[in-house]
Amino acid sequence: MNPRDSSSSSPSDRRLSALARHLSSPSAGGVGGGVSRSLASSSSFARGDSVFSHVARAPEDPILGVTVAFNKDPSPVKLNLGVGAYRTEEGKPLVLNVVRQAEQQLINDRARVKEYLPIVGLVEFNKLSAKLIFGADSPAILENRVTTVQCLSGTGSLRVGGEFLARHYHQHTIYIPKPTWGNHPKVFTLAGLSVKYYRYYDPATRGLDFQGLLEDLGSAPLGAVVLLHACAHNPTGVDPTIQQWEQIRQLIRSRRQLPFFDSAYQGFASGNLDADAQSIRSFVADGGECLVAQSYAKNMGLYGERVGALSIVCRTADVAGRVESQLKLVIRPMYSNPPIHGASIVAAILRDREMYNEWTIELKAMADRIISMRHQLFDALRARGTPGDWSHIIKQIGMFTFTGLNSQQVAFMTKEYHIYMTSDGRISMAGLSSKTVPHLADAIHAAVARAV
Amino acid sequence: MAAAVRAGVSGRILGRGSAVGARSMSSWWRSVEPAPKDPILGVTEAFLADPSPDKVNVGVGAYRDDNGKPVVLECVREAERRIAGNQNMEYLPMGGSVKMVEETLKLAYGEDSEFIKDKRIAAVQALSGTGACRLFADFQKRFSPDSQIYIPVPTWANHHNIWRDAHVPQRTYHYYHPESKGLDFAALMDDVKNAPNGSFFLLHACAHNPTGVDPSEDQWREISYQIKVKGHFPFFDMAYQGFASGDPERDAKAIRIFLEDGHAIGIAQSYAKNMGLYGQRVGCLSVLCEDEKQAIAVKSQLQQLARPMYSNPPVHGALVVSTILGDPELKSLWLKEVKVMADRIIGMRTALRENLEKLGSPLSWKHITEQIGMFCYSGMTPEQVDQLTKEYHIYLTRNGRISMAGVTTGNVGYLANAINEVTKSS
Repeated sequence: MNPRDSSSSSPSDRRLSALARHLSSPSAGGVGGGVSRSLASSSSFARGDSVFSHVARAPEDPILGVTVAFNKDPSPVKLNLGVGAYRTEEGKPLVLNVVRQAEQQLINDRARVKEYLPIVGLVEFNKLSAKLIFGADSPAILENRVTTVQCLSGTGSLRVGGEFLARHYHQHTIYIPKPTWGNHPKVFTLAGLSVKYYRYYDPATRGLDFQGLLEDLGSAPLGAVVLLHACAHNPTGVDPTIQQWEQIRQLIRSRRQLPFFDSAYQGFASGNLDADAQSIRSFVADGGECLVAQSYAKNMGLYGERVGALSIVCRTADVAGRVESQLKLVIRPMYSNPPIHGASIVAAILRDREMYNEWTIELKAMADRIISMRHQLFDALRARGTPGDWSHIIKQIGMFTFTGLNSQQVAFMTKEYHIYMTSDGRISMAGLSSKTVPHLADAIHAAVARAV
Repeated sequence: MAAAVRAGVSGRILGRGSAVGARSMSSWWRSVEPAPKDPILGVTEAFLADPSPDKVNVGVGAYRDDNGKPVVLECVREAERRIAGNQNMEYLPMGGSVKMVEETLKLAYGEDSEFIKDKRIAAVQALSGTGACRLFADFQKRFSPDSQIYIPVPTWANHHNIWRDAHVPQRTYHYYHPESKGLDFAALMDDVKNAPNGSFFLLHACAHNPTGVDPSEDQWREISYQIKVKGHFPFFDMAYQGFASGDPERDAKAIRIFLEDGHAIGIAQSYAKNMGLYGQRVGCLSVLCEDEKQAIAVKSQLQQLARPMYSNPPVHGALVVSTILGDPELKSLWLKEVKVMADRIIGMRTALRENLEKLGSPLSWKHITEQIGMFCYSGMTPEQVDQLTKEYHIYLTRNGRISMAGVTTGNVGYLANAINEVTKSS
């Protein structure tokens, strides 16, 4: 502390005279009649003194709450089909070989420093991410019409994009599919947009309510923002066909609506990076504008590193430049600049031909294992003669299956079979293995066959 | 066949030239204005673009060694060696790494803090100091919607952006006294007294950014007292613990005074500078509550604000911190390395002042050694700063703030000479 010589009286004199003035003044400020008590007390402040006394405890996050309950269960046959993180056949988290390689490279490079990234993040990472999602030969990239900023995984990309729209776009309503990832409405609401829903899932067919979707987007205002899951819809696993995507694109463009893609599973859905980006690329190919939130949480297994990117495809390079400058104003007061570690790993992999190829192989292996689990579960239910049509299990795609089980059935499965899943009937296929499929099939069979 | 015809037809209708295609549409972003460059980060951009071999960057507040190079602490390198290959990368909880947060609270509140023992602190891992401030600002908006934040003049420019984006009305309080290049204590106290009861006050815990002017211990006690009388809420931004004096305990003195005086406080902590983890974005937001129950409630609400912003915080930097602070040897190494950094800066302050005095500058430069931390508020005008940049290729922010971390034995003479040249006729 630097000593200051601001006045002649001692500090304690000044405090005492301030106190005397204060207590003799009729309009004494402070905490009402409790002033002298609070001045006299030392280390604890009395109940009711906190300005946050009224803060109530928030409810548990429904998805993460599943894992909490799972962890508490002592049963040896318990199964966690809640959160969407990939698990191996042995039920273990997986760090890709290619990620470990990249990590080692970073460690061994003593020239690496930990300086702040620019506000927009690691520039090389941004360029490579844009190429990954739009295709290296995308006209939008070649014409410099894309601005890409590194963000905190998919969530962060959605939030930054949403805040940008709330400030700079003329329509402040975003249409999101029903159902959708539980965090979507919160992200956009806090970003300053209002949220409306369009029909998406048809419980009767356990597939796409395509008519409902077209009707709802058809009656949504001109220019509205529309959230689209690029592939492997979360939580249903139901994706439009290529033909249906084309109709969606035509409708959206004809109503001058603005597409905002959430791409959390590129490569993870079909096992093919290009195929999983097709919906986005068809929109970019028509020359129009869109936003894309990309996540590397699942497809590179970088979950906790929070690596993602927001791209905005604009009509001209000049516009893209101005848009980027405004994105920086959103980011700076949120967290200044994004974390360097995960983006460095991604850049190391994407820029190196061998590592990239190895990544595509490991990615396909994850996607294939999940597809295999789908088939095994479907076969197991058929073998048990479980009533109902379970073909949606193999028709749906990506990490999740929307089983169609209701919350009572789910509760039954948790209680009697120690199966942990969200009450909407969603199961994470990544949490299954060949060994545990029979147990799950038994549980589903029992839940469905029992007299309600 | 029919499908192909359909596709062909729709291709023609919806191809590049069609009305429903995009060519006829203009951009939604036509009217988006180019945003002004960030005043601080824009300086480094300009520096990097300058080809002059004499250029000096005393702009952004990132530590440099005496060769002007960024530093990765040895304790950090060792921690990373231990982490690589050994940890999975699963999601952290919304509130971040529990271990990292525990260690971080000890630094701020004290190793044996009763508040930690009584579990009265609601704390979450945050995206460095910026993220911690923003999370608090959002929390303040949601749960004290009628409150306003008082921000010192001057302050780190981004503080204004943070509370503005959180939609919290802001006011300012006097802080820097240009004539003495010290603290405007009387005016500060008046502002505290005149603010409506229950206002929120942003305080820099140590090494004020950008001025380097800190209250003395006595002054802190008076500020604490007056804030208590008015029922204000003190929020500390502590970005330089350990980095100011070289001793983390000493740099936490202001906070400890407020705790002794019975305030309920909030703190934003950052490891960007004191552990050199800048780009890793590691920090912590804590709010001291009445009891454990309230702390649980407040923490749950902080998590509700973090979830729609980034879901959960990045794991790598947190692992580095908890590895270091959780290992007595590494922690001891860290404390040594922090002191080295702080001492180098104190040494450069002395050197810069002595150089200016030796050059016979007509002005007083004692504030260079009286101020503390990474920054020196030189007192130069924007025009003088522009001249420094144009004629001498010296880069700093136009408020005259010099980042002492950018000063080296190699450039201090050049810097002193340049400063003397542009100021001697003023």
